[in-house]
Formats: sequence, structure tokens, C-alpha cells
Amino acid sequence: DDKLLTEPLSHPDFFSVKELFTLKNLFDARVHLGHKKGCRHRFMEPYIFGCRLDQDIIDLDQTMQHLQLALNFTAHVAYRGGIILFVSRKRQFCHLIESTARACGEYAHTRYWQGGLLTNAHIQFGPGVRLPDLVVFLSTLNNVFEPHVAIRDAAKMNIPTVGVVDTNCNPCLITYPIPGNDDSPAAMELYCKLFRMTIIRAKDKRRQSEAIEELR
Amino acid sequence: TLRLICTTAAVQRKNGGASGPEKYTEAFIKKQIEEFNLGKRHLANMMGEDPETFTQEDIDRAIAYLFPSGLFDKQARPMMKHPTEIFPEQRKIQWGEDGRPFHFLFYTGKPSYYSLMHETYEKLLNVQKHQDQLTVQDLPLQKEKRNLAGSRWLTKIELEEMLLEKLSDDDYSRFIQLLQKLVALPCADIEEEYIQKFSKEVPVQLQKVVIDPLQFDERGVAFSTGEGKRKTARATAVIYDNGTGKITVNGIDILHYFPVLQDREQLLFPFQFLGRIGKHDMVCTVSGGGRSAQAGAIRLASAKALRSFVTEKEVEFMRQAGLLTADPRVKERKKPGQEGPRRKFTWKKR
Repeated sequence: DDKLLTEPLSHPDFFSVKELFTLKNLFDARVHLGHKKGCRHRFMEPYIFGCRLDQDIIDLDQTMQHLQLALNFTAHVAYRGGIILFVSRKRQFCHLIESTARACGEYAHTRYWQGGLLTNAHIQFGPGVRLPDLVVFLSTLNNVFEPHVAIRDAAKMNIPTVGVVDTNCNPCLITYPIPGNDDSPAAMELYCKLFRMTIIRAKDKRRQSEAIEELR
Repeated sequence: TLRLICTTAAVQRKNGGASGPEKYTEAFIKKQIEEFNLGKRHLANMMGEDPETFTQEDIDRAIAYLFPSGLFDKQARPMMKHPTEIFPEQRKIQWGEDGRPFHFLFYTGKPSYYSLMHETYEKLLNVQKHQDQLTVQDLPLQKEKRNLAGSRWLTKIELEEMLLEKLSDDDYSRFIQLLQKLVALPCADIEEEYIQKFSKEVPVQLQKVVIDPLQFDERGVAFSTGEGKRKTARATAVIYDNGTGKITVNGIDILHYFPVLQDREQLLFPFQFLGRIGKHDMVCTVSGGGRSAQAGAIRLASAKALRSFVTEKEVEFMRQAGLLTADPRVKERKKPGQEGPRRKFTWKKR
């Protein structure tokens, strides 16, 4: 059991996450498109490649690196049987994200976020709840263009976060930010596909390793 | 460990402290059902009846016989019912042994409501896809008008019972709007089954007042009866055909029973309205109330009796004249702090 948990940590890319996507895939899914120059957040400036006709373009090389780190981290969490919660407040992609979460066997929350869900969980859900071990934000802003409450709450409860940050978002409190577009349907479908594939791969690997261990 | 496990003092406390409303486990409810069945057989034996054919009504009667109680509240009396009726349906524990919740939307506050919304939206997308396919093939879209008049959506309370969760008014209205959107699409017939889960039939209530047909007594004269009331007076009137316009109240002629002209005018009003003053005889009985109240009661009773003699159009005329409506005015009660129903005590400046 101990060997099962420590073995993936010795490899840099145990789940071969790099093969899931290429730069061309990101470009075709329009991940590099940001918002206009006036909406730019100060802390997103290091991730921005440049500005064309007032529209910000995100640096896809940095996005690649961040995406690989994030997917690798999610795969490790899924391998260890952790609870992953997908959060987004975009109404257009709510159905897509919920279906993705259901397909993975993980959890989603794309509806109105009640104040004490993470911080007051033991009273809201009952004693003995298990909180999510990873929160994945497919869009960090809520309907009023403010940072989602779950970022701050997860940071308070020491829960690591992975988030797709657009040019108008604040990447500060997110542990694994992924600079990229969160408004186009193509980009969102690409992210959902990537997360779904990583989680399923990680869970399959876990089942295989357990089967091999049992055979010995 | 790298991560602090955040628990509250409540979780760290092993025993003690209220843990909210009692949770009934499945094993507990099963035991209760077994006990109930055994108890039912014992009761049947005690009452000398057949244990196999002992119904719930028999149980209720037996308990009422064995434990007579004078308490007013029916719920407070001793009762023996099936455990599913006594223990309210509760949500069972939502997560498994390893702590992972069963429902994929558990971390929202209301998993069943949001999963319902998710399913309904999926049906909507399905219908739209089907529509697109039909338009691509240039086929006509089905346009059979769904009969909306005879059905209504589930109320908020019924939906709460269905989902076993509390809903807010906003949530309920959003769900209904989504359903209406789904129904409005032309190809919604595909998901007809799903929609029918949330709609109920409203029985069309035609409140047609049944007019009694004419009855014939021994002499062959047609007659009909009517009842009326006004304030505290109750009256019954029997009107005979082929009469001379004689009216008897409680065995006394109206001239002697109602000395005041106004009361007699009230009695004659229905006949005068229909133009049948000298054509009918009337025998009435009246009790309660005062002078005017009795007159009004008899008027209503005679108008109701006359409906049988008259065409439907004239009945409509009578109804519009106000002859067939019972006067709802009664004496208003006196309130404390006031001298009468409306009159306040004399206001003194000092």
C-alpha cells in the first residue's frame, strides 16, 4: 500500500500528461484569446504574450507548462482517491461541466454558492463530512465579475486549487493557475476533455496497480 | 502530514451534545416493521379475529376499543399504524465508508433539486437536437397542440415532497420556467412522458345548480319546495300550481303574520317579478330571526321553489335580479375595547 502511494511521486510525469495536448490543440481551441486591454488584471501581466488591436493574447508556452503541472497534480490526486470538485459560475457551460464530473465519477458545483459550504460544512451537511481534496475552477469569476468565494474558502481550509484564469481574473490565491480563455465553448470543451481524460487515466492506473499488488 | 485536517470541536467530542433531529437507519425501520406485523397478529388474536385478514381499519377500531381516550386532538390519542406512516421519510446518510458522497452534486446544498434541473436541461437539449435534425432533413416539425387547459404544474409543496428537500420560491419558479420553455418547443412530444411526471390533471368543475323537477301530489296539482335563510331565520316554502295567490306562514295568513306592508312586499316580489301573482298558492314554515329576517328568508325560499316552474332564461333573469342569492350579512361581533362592533368609547381629552 505504501509502495502504491510513493511510486508515482518518483517520476516527473508518471501519467504521461504531456501527450494529451499540443500547442496546436490549444491554439485551435482559441485558448490564447483574452479580454480587452481595459479589463486586464495587474497580476496577469506576466502571463500575457502581447496585445493586438486592444485584445490581450495569452502566452501559450507558459500555458502549456502550467497546464502540464495542473493536470499532473489532478492525476496524482485522483490516483490517491481524492475528491475533486469542479466549480464554475458560467451559465453556458454549467451542463457540460456537470456531465464531465459525472463521467469522471467526481463532483461538480456550478450553481449558487452558499456561504458556509466549505467553512461551515460540519453544520450544513452533518458531522463526519469529507471535504473535497482538490477544487478545479473552470472559471474563477462569478456572475458579477468578482473572484469566486470558493477560492478564498479553499485557501482558508487548506484545500489546493487548480484554476483557469482569464486576463481579467486574479491568479493570486490559486495554487496551480492555468492562464487561458474561459469564455469560448471550444476552449471549455477542450479543458473538460483534458480533465476527464487525466482523471480516468489516473483511476485506471490505480486499479491496475492494486490488481498487480493483489496478484503478488 | 502536509495538510491540517480541519475538524470542529463538535466532531472531536465523542458523546454528548444534541445531534439534530433523530436519524432513522434502515435496520431500525425494518425492525419496527417486523414488530408492527407481529403486534398486528397478537391484536387480531386478542380481538378473536382472523390474523390473516386483519385490515388497518380493524386495527384502528380495536385500539379505540382497548384504549378509550377522551383527548380532543386525534393525533394525541393512542394509534397503531405502519412505521412508514409514522416515521417521516428522511434522507439516508449521503456518503460511503471512505467518505466519498454518493451523489455527484452533493456539494451543492440541494442535490436532488439541482440534478432535476440538470436532467430537465438535458431533455431540452435533446429536443433541440432532434429539431435541428428534422430541419436539416427538411421534414415538417410536429405541431400537435398540447392541451394546457386541463393540466397544472405541481405546486411547490408537492415538489418538496417529491424531492425530500426544502426549496425556495425562486428555485421553484425557475424550475417551472424551464418546464414551460421545454413545453413551448415544437418537438416536445418526444419528452412527453417526462413532462407528465410534473403535471397534474385539473378536473373541470362545472358548478351547475341542479333544479329539481316538479312533483305532483294526490290531487294531481304540481308543486315544488325551496329553502331559504337570512340572518338567523330559516324558511321552507311549498308552492302549488293552479292557485289563487293565497299565502300561509306557519299556519297563519300573511296579513295576520306580517302586519307591516314592507314584509308582505318582500314576500310578493318573486311572484311580481315573474308576473305570476294570482297563479300560485304558497305554504311556508319559518323559524328564528326577527320580522324582516323571516320575510327575507321566505322570499329566498319561494324564489328557489319557483325555479322549477319557469324557463331557464327566466331563472337567469331571477339570478341577475338577486332573487336567488342568499344575503350574507350577519350581525358583526362586538370587539373588546370598543362599545359595539364599530362604535368606540367616548374620547375624553383629559
